[in-house]
Amino acid sequence: MQGVFDVLFNGLSIGAVLLIAALGLAIVFGLMGVINLAHGELMMLGAYTTFIVQNAFKPLGDSPLFSAYIFVALIAAFFVAAGVGLFLERQVVRYLYGRPLETLLATWGVSLILRQFVRSVSWSIAIGLVLFSLLFWGGQWVLKRRLDWNQLKAKALTILLPLSSAIAIIGGVVLNANKALAKPWFSARNIDVTAPSWLRGGVNLGSFQFPVARLFIIGLTILCLLGTYWFLQKSAWGLRIRAVTQNREMSACLGIPTNTVDALTFALGSGLAGVAGCAVTLLGSVGPNLGANYIVDAFMVVVVGGVGKLIGSVVAAIAIGTVTYLLGSGYLPLWMTQLGLTETLQPLFDFFTFFSTTSMAKVMVFALIITFLQIKPAGLFPQKGRTVDA
Amino acid sequence: MSMQFNRRKFLILGSATAGSVLLKSCASPSSDSGSGDGGSSTSGGGDGDTIKVGILHSLSGTMAISETTVVEAEKLAIKEINEAGGVLGKQIEAIVEDGASDWPTFNEKAIKLIDQDEVVTVFGCWTSASRKAVKDTFETKQHQLWYPVQYEGQECSKNIFYTGAAPNQQIEPAVDWLLENEGTEFFLVGSDYVFPRTANTIIKAQLEANGGTTVGEDYLPLGNTEVTPIITKIKAALPNGGVIFNSLNGDSNVAFFKQLQAAGMGPEDYPVMSVSVAEEEVRQIGPDFLKGHYAAWNYFQTAETPANDKWVADFKAEYGDDRVTNDPMEAAYVMVYFWKMAVEAAGTTDIDAVRQAAYGLTFDAPNGLYTMNPNHHLSKTVRIGQIREDGQFDIVSSTPGPVDPLPWNQYVADTKGFSCDWSDPEKGEKFEA
Repeated sequence: MQGVFDVLFNGLSIGAVLLIAALGLAIVFGLMGVINLAHGELMMLGAYTTFIVQNAFKPLGDSPLFSAYIFVALIAAFFVAAGVGLFLERQVVRYLYGRPLETLLATWGVSLILRQFVRSVSWSIAIGLVLFSLLFWGGQWVLKRRLDWNQLKAKALTILLPLSSAIAIIGGVVLNANKALAKPWFSARNIDVTAPSWLRGGVNLGSFQFPVARLFIIGLTILCLLGTYWFLQKSAWGLRIRAVTQNREMSACLGIPTNTVDALTFALGSGLAGVAGCAVTLLGSVGPNLGANYIVDAFMVVVVGGVGKLIGSVVAAIAIGTVTYLLGSGYLPLWMTQLGLTETLQPLFDFFTFFSTTSMAKVMVFALIITFLQIKPAGLFPQKGRTVDA
Repeated sequence: MSMQFNRRKFLILGSATAGSVLLKSCASPSSDSGSGDGGSSTSGGGDGDTIKVGILHSLSGTMAISETTVVEAEKLAIKEINEAGGVLGKQIEAIVEDGASDWPTFNEKAIKLIDQDEVVTVFGCWTSASRKAVKDTFETKQHQLWYPVQYEGQECSKNIFYTGAAPNQQIEPAVDWLLENEGTEFFLVGSDYVFPRTANTIIKAQLEANGGTTVGEDYLPLGNTEVTPIITKIKAALPNGGVIFNSLNGDSNVAFFKQLQAAGMGPEDYPVMSVSVAEEEVRQIGPDFLKGHYAAWNYFQTAETPANDKWVADFKAEYGDDRVTNDPMEAAYVMVYFWKMAVEAAGTTDIDAVRQAAYGLTFDAPNGLYTMNPNHHLSKTVRIGQIREDGQFDIVSSTPGPVDPLPWNQYVADTKGFSCDWSDPEKGEKFEA
């Protein structure tokens, strides 16, 4: 049965994609309890960052340096997504802690904004946005140095907000008259990210070929996982994050800056989403809707694994990956034929044959997950003991 | 306290206002360019001076990748017609609606275009699912839809003109060519909706009739990018290579070709014949992944006709030098002209008169001479292309002349022997020839 090996490898590789997409979510949703529906769009930003880095490396031609662009892209994707995540946390999510429904709606809104943003962003819009940020936050920063800031605050904001938005909008509209500046950077069409040549082939092992891109993603997932584990378990900030997760009030009493911890955790989760976005460019298409393809699967992994435990997400991702592959690839009916069980277990054979197409396998996986959650509603590895926020 | 409340309230209101203004300013360039492309003044509706037509495609969602390009082609045709004096002395005004890759939305927007905007005709749809979703609406409201994409056939509505290929103008010649040149064992891959499933039914019947075998088939949900199980199945079914017939649509194509190459299955052993991958998709997937594979269409940008040279140049001048043209875009461009000619022949925009007047019209299209048949489909030349390194196609086979369309498939038992003729009220949608 060389098929067993095949199933294990491919199950692992599908699981790795699921896991890398879910890792950031496991932190944001698992540790902070924030339902971040914009997670997929943070992945999408990571993928677009990869596209930009790739184009920046294009002048290098076919030299080995070009093939290394993927590493630069990974790091850039992490920081871009983390930056956007940080901004999102500071400006939106932070006001909504403890209100899951509002968070859900707000982050969904953010995801729509981000999707539309990459479709329509052009130099004129970008310059307008930068102008607004400079005037609005820059103005506040300047005024904050005055001693009477607290009295001034209301008035200052009343003037600053309309003023800076008006200047930014007028600036944007004026610039829009120039066709070159009004041309969208990416437009609504999908963009072409070509993996470096060394990631495109396969490694032969007997009759079996491992796609290098898959091996790369498995490696990257392990690296991210180890990095996250190390950060959470061994570093000072990781300790603080875990403390805040367990008991926010007590941590605050003991002098842990919970605000900073929240921001950091969210940025870390977002950054991992960016890395995942970079990784999935090796497999599929890159477009504004990239995130929507992964977000449901990512939530599924976290929920099945059990909220709050990284190990749960790991096991869940690999399990879902393997089951998806096992059902979808049609190995089950094949094995039954090889073992001569077809005659005796005819109905079971028909059942597996029916579910051995990709779309039916997906239906089956969902059905299995629903059944599983009926038996274990808290997932594979539920949080034990007194968790305060629950 | 009250001070704080006021400030908050102000901030909320203020940011809401600023936000809406910002949104408007973001939206304005696109709507400006929209009407600018249409070449008409949208101000005040211009009663009596303009003829309103609807454009209904997905500008967002998984199908936007393809459908935005046909919108551009339609707008280009409308602009050219307007610059040449319009239709019946009036300018055409295009009202663009977004179907959002969501089939019920298509129907909603179709109803809006017909009832609210009172357009005289609609150019729209890409997937068969969206066409099926609006078909009923166009039939009950006795309205008219022009549909620009190759499709699975088995349909011949009185209220739809199909300017893309019928199966006998794309799928069947492709299968015949593959049987002759590439092998007899076929694996069928498609997206999970009506076009690939019907197309594969036809292919299976055709293979059976012509000595080929179908070794397996599988379908991916639209938008799915995990294709590993399918690749395993192909390998298991075709261990020594064979033909893959691909009717995947949209994003899934990218994942399929990227992962096919990663699995070491190249075009030498596993040639893929695609029916939904054209120049625009090649550009977005990346030619590196597609080099050597095939596609079957009526039109390729590399088609050598004078009309094509002019069209490609015009399109590039309008939308940029890096742009490419493809079959659905050509069909979309051509259908606007067919509508215009039919309106001029009828002397009115009345839907039934236009329909009658359309039969037998000919147009010198970029792909060669097209004729509108009484079965609402076009006679056109069929070509097969092999993907080159630069993302264009080498045309490896062309039919000697235009192929007449057969909407009812002659390989499928249910429809064998049937045809369609709307010029004769006795015959209509489906009659036994």
